[in-house]
Amino acid sequence: MITWPNFVSQLFNGLASGALLALISSGLTIIYGTLGVLNLAHGAMFMLGGYAGYVAYHATGSFTIAVIVGAAFLIVVGGLLELVVVRHFYSRPPEDQLLVTFGIGIVIVELVRLGFGSLSKTVLPPSWAMGVTPMGFLIYPTYRIVVTVIAAAALAVLYLVLYRTRLGMIVRAGIEDSGMVGMLGINVYRVFMVVFGIGAMAAGFAGIINAPVVSLTPDMGDSILVETFVVVVIGGVGSFPGAILGGLISGEILSLTSMIDPAYSEVMLFAVMTLVLMLRPQGLLGMPSRE
Amino acid sequence: MQSDITVRTTRRSMLKAGGTLIAAAALPRFARAANEPPLGTWPAGSSGSSVFIGITVPLTGTYADSGEDELKGYKLAVEHLNSGDPVIKMISPKTTKGVLGKEVKYGVADSEAKPNSAVQAQSRFIADNKAILMTGSTSSAVAVALNKLAQREKVLYVAGVSGSNDTTGKDCVRYGFRQSFYGQTAAAAIGPLLLKQFGKNKKAAYLTPDYTYGHTVQKSVEDYLAKNGGWTTATNQVAPLGAPDYSSYLLNVANSGADFLLNINWGHDAVLSTQQAEQFGIFNKMKLIIPYQTPFIAKQVGPKITAGVYAATDFWWTLEDRYPVAKAFVAAFQKAYGYKPEWGANNAYMQFAMWADACEHAGTFYPPAVIKAYEAGRHIDSTVGEVYWRAADHQLVRPVIIVRGKAPSAMKTPDDYWEVLEVVPGAPLMQAPDAFGCHLGEYT
Repeated sequence: MITWPNFVSQLFNGLASGALLALISSGLTIIYGTLGVLNLAHGAMFMLGGYAGYVAYHATGSFTIAVIVGAAFLIVVGGLLELVVVRHFYSRPPEDQLLVTFGIGIVIVELVRLGFGSLSKTVLPPSWAMGVTPMGFLIYPTYRIVVTVIAAAALAVLYLVLYRTRLGMIVRAGIEDSGMVGMLGINVYRVFMVVFGIGAMAAGFAGIINAPVVSLTPDMGDSILVETFVVVVIGGVGSFPGAILGGLISGEILSLTSMIDPAYSEVMLFAVMTLVLMLRPQGLLGMPSRE
Repeated sequence: MQSDITVRTTRRSMLKAGGTLIAAAALPRFARAANEPPLGTWPAGSSGSSVFIGITVPLTGTYADSGEDELKGYKLAVEHLNSGDPVIKMISPKTTKGVLGKEVKYGVADSEAKPNSAVQAQSRFIADNKAILMTGSTSSAVAVALNKLAQREKVLYVAGVSGSNDTTGKDCVRYGFRQSFYGQTAAAAIGPLLLKQFGKNKKAAYLTPDYTYGHTVQKSVEDYLAKNGGWTTATNQVAPLGAPDYSSYLLNVANSGADFLLNINWGHDAVLSTQQAEQFGIFNKMKLIIPYQTPFIAKQVGPKITAGVYAATDFWWTLEDRYPVAKAFVAAFQKAYGYKPEWGANNAYMQFAMWADACEHAGTFYPPAVIKAYEAGRHIDSTVGEVYWRAADHQLVRPVIIVRGKAPSAMKTPDDYWEVLEVVPGAPLMQAPDAFGCHLGEYT
């Protein structure tokens, strides 16, 4: 259904969903870039963030507190997972790392299902962000606009942390060569723990701010994990700017293809990923692998 | 030469003749036993003191909530069968304890609403446990796959929730049976009401899940409204099962100029797409219609959204006011699980009760005999009144329930989401048995 109003609507929608995808993917890519671990529990982190926010929201009635509590909870969960489980797998083959993070994801999902059941849970947006905003011939849910702004702001904060702080410098150096960073006397393990926490928090934070848009179910992270994986591959594995670019491109692909025929939107996403892998295997903004 | 011997009928000869007659009458029974070679899991599956049922329901994924509800219905039915509960005897009057005196056991596996997972799990139940009955599905893709497995393995399959026309249409099998309503009957039941309420020549937008259930239900509803009311289709948004976000589909709907949104999505997909349609302000300009209702929809999206919405469904608990079996079932379910059963649970309970009834009437677990007991077309008292099986396609002839969402202020109890408007008799809603290409296949 290609009309001007629909084209502009879908273009904007692609931007909005792309920003959220970028935020989730940035967590995945930071963890992979620094630790070399592809965290398949990332979708579960996204879901867990939503549920943590749900619990805090129902305990306090405040959406702001829900966001803060949820994000803090996820940074702790992420840090603990690194300390207790993931740390012991750095020297193991990649397939072991994939299996253990996949397993962690299943355990988290089933624990949430045990606690909350399979019926979906709803978190209401703050009252000032309810309703729709007319934008010319486009009507868009106000809260989705807010989500886009928050996601963009969160990405900006992450950028500042990574590129303007000492921690960020160490993380980026770790992405380049973690062995050398260790030799320089920096406690790499502590940095790794913090990075895993920040990565989990990025997903969890996205999960909370996205909670009023979707209704929460224990399985909600599954499809997101696949999409973020595609985003990271398109943008360049381990590249923070790549995650942002990949997120926006993926959002637009999904939205604009839907305008023509929704049945092909996911197919198109994978087609573009294949194309990128063929023409530029390291991703759009990724560096060629040293291995 | 004519015989002059007069045959006298004596008491002794009467007894002899009677005895011979009785023996002759009994003969087919013994002869049949001799003609019943092993078939599928028969007789191995029923030679002990118990029989085994394989249950595959989605316990994860977008249909998990309905899968859990369905499972509760199965469990309650097994409990009632094994204890000879009066509730199940209302449906299967010959039931004493167990089925044909054997205890019913079962195994449960998560189908994830995926045909492959369900077929693998049921194959294991057949091989390891000698399952004599398979059940479970909340996706017609699973039901169709298990239909085929049932026919191949010669093990009976009673479908869980399955709304596709294909389940008892082009993919019907001799070994498969469906209790629930489906696309054709849903469309024929809700269609007249929609035309009466909203008039002719309207524009409809559809949200359709991309598999056999979605396609057949959408087509049935679209065809009915077009043929009888001149309704046109502004857009049909086909989405994959478990889509994480409906925004791009909903923008297409919002920009389509439709008067009505007919949401055929099911499970959590129905919940999410309806909630997001509300977020996009779609219900300010078009009215929601639910042609094939998913359990728990009103509870999850909230009665504010479902207020005034027309839906076709299989069962709603307030039918207890009309049918004694429904009253007894709802009370027993509420006692066991603490909430009113949704239609997935009702479907599950009825399927087991009617299977037990068929076995009791057949007097054996030999599958062809049980199938013939189903096909006899006996009238059965159910939670939606009197029903019977159609021999030609193994579809239960049963009414479709038309409901309308209650506004929060009109709800008498927290579970009182829907008002039953009509119980539309089933037979006139159904297509001719071969209209969707059903060929049942062989008994053996």
